[in-house]
Amino acid sequence: MPKTEQRSQPQATRDPWEIVQLARDPQRPYTLDYVNRIFERFVELHGDRRCGDDGAMVVGMGFLEDQPVAVVGQQKGRTASERRERNFGMARPEGYRKALRMMEMAARFERPLVTLIDTPGADCLEDSEGRGISEAIACNQRAMFALPVPIVSVVIGEGGSGGAIGIGVGDRVYMQENTYYSVIMPEACAAILWRDPSQSVRAAEALKLSPGDAMRLGLIDGIIAEPGGGAQADYDGAANLVRTQIVGALEELRPLAPEELKRSRYQKFREMGKPE
Amino acid sequence: MAQGDVTLGSLEDIPADLWEECSACHQLLYSREFEAALWVCSKCGYHKRLTVEQRLATVADEGSVQELFADLPLADPLRFPEYHEKLEQARQKTGMDEAVWTGLVSIGGHRVGMGIMDLAFIGGSMGWVVGEKVTLLIERCVEERRGVVMFCASGGARMQESLVALMQMPKTCAAVGQMNQARLPYITVLTDPTYGGVTASFAFLGDVILAEKGAAMGFAGPRVIQITKMKIAPEVQTAEFQYEHGMIDLLVGREQVRDTLVDLLEWLVPHPVDRQSSGSGVSVG
Ligand SMILES: [Zn+2]
Repeated sequence: MPKTEQRSQPQATRDPWEIVQLARDPQRPYTLDYVNRIFERFVELHGDRRCGDDGAMVVGMGFLEDQPVAVVGQQKGRTASERRERNFGMARPEGYRKALRMMEMAARFERPLVTLIDTPGADCLEDSEGRGISEAIACNQRAMFALPVPIVSVVIGEGGSGGAIGIGVGDRVYMQENTYYSVIMPEACAAILWRDPSQSVRAAEALKLSPGDAMRLGLIDGIIAEPGGGAQADYDGAANLVRTQIVGALEELRPLAPEELKRSRYQKFREMGKPE
Repeated sequence: MAQGDVTLGSLEDIPADLWEECSACHQLLYSREFEAALWVCSKCGYHKRLTVEQRLATVADEGSVQELFADLPLADPLRFPEYHEKLEQARQKTGMDEAVWTGLVSIGGHRVGMGIMDLAFIGGSMGWVVGEKVTLLIERCVEERRGVVMFCASGGARMQESLVALMQMPKTCAAVGQMNQARLPYITVLTDPTYGGVTASFAFLGDVILAEKGAAMGFAGPRVIQITKMKIAPEVQTAEFQYEHGMIDLLVGREQVRDTLVDLLEWLVPHPVDRQSSGSGVSVG
């Protein structure tokens, strides 16, 4: 496994498997590391008003260049107890419903929404099944298309399948340089397709999960560079680069009328993957 | 959540013989009687996985079936290893263009859009074509002010299309949102089995959600659970569990599906009731 202290290489020379390892590096900045560097006066809100508060999903209110914004993001932990508390970044239905609360509030108070994606996937154990993890993720996607405010999404680590898209319907979607976005973990893909987990490297390539591939396929709007040595080596530098991209995107989106925003959001996802 | 490659329950081509074996309890069943029972095993109650043609026979008014959107190109956006061949083989094996059939049918006189997924085509998984057909169907029905009934059966998002497959989830959710805004009925019927990217998108967004008794379903597919060694009891991934937990409106036996749909459509279809006499469409098969 490549160690992460090495100098940041240009995107093109980094292989997909290496990117997967970097995206999972526990020293990478997580959602709250970014939130506290990007937004001023952030107030975290808790609970889905139905059954609980999910530590794997962070939502709240903050300011960006003095403009109020709603923030939603998946949160991982570093120590053993933090990891448990954050459920390894795997949000449960109550997490997605807390996120939905924040989205609806963003709509009601006309604040743009920023979502930070970093999850290996949504939680799918018995409790999550029993509280409707599928329904929660489906509802969030539908709801995001109806939001009359700009939405900017950034993959800051792992873009793990349905867990990611449950907060990932953005007018602009970006990926940081050392992150991946995939419908399945390469290890599971290799095991299912080739009955051989040691083929994970090959699966990572085949899945086209890197930011460069997502860009070429027209599925994201841009790649956010990371400081030399990667985001994990320089939190402030990484946050600055993310912040600049979000500010720029919101500047583009702010003038658009709500109906125009929703129309182009629908059209954007409508066109994705269409064969030439 | 992707389960694309898994041929769930291997639908082998069974010769249209006199006898058919129940794949659950291995009881030999007299084909005529089995068909008359809508392919529900008389011994153990297992609801056999149906082909599109069989499904249509259980719900559609006679002569009312008109297929739509069967002419989309094969999609292999990632040029995934061995995938194109797999698609060609699936087409040959099943005679279907992709893992979902879409069209218009009448149910008790109600003309509605219908989607029917088929497990036999790469595990009923959702890639671009499946997402596109579902979306086209819904958009067409919004335009023509019709309801939609979706029969879901899927291993999940198709992993050979990775992120393109994942993006079919928001696309179909957005389309359902258009139906909701147009105040048109959208009913889903979850059949054995429904997993992953389909459950977490258009399957669980029904105004009314039905599930056939005994159907397997869940967010994570069985192969993913097996590989990641997650501890999920088999009884969790069932229609019955989802029903007990309030995620499904009705658990139905197959013999009740059609009548239930008629009742629901009577209630849901907007005025003036959009009725067409049956017999106007083209028959399938
Ligand atoms: Zn049986």
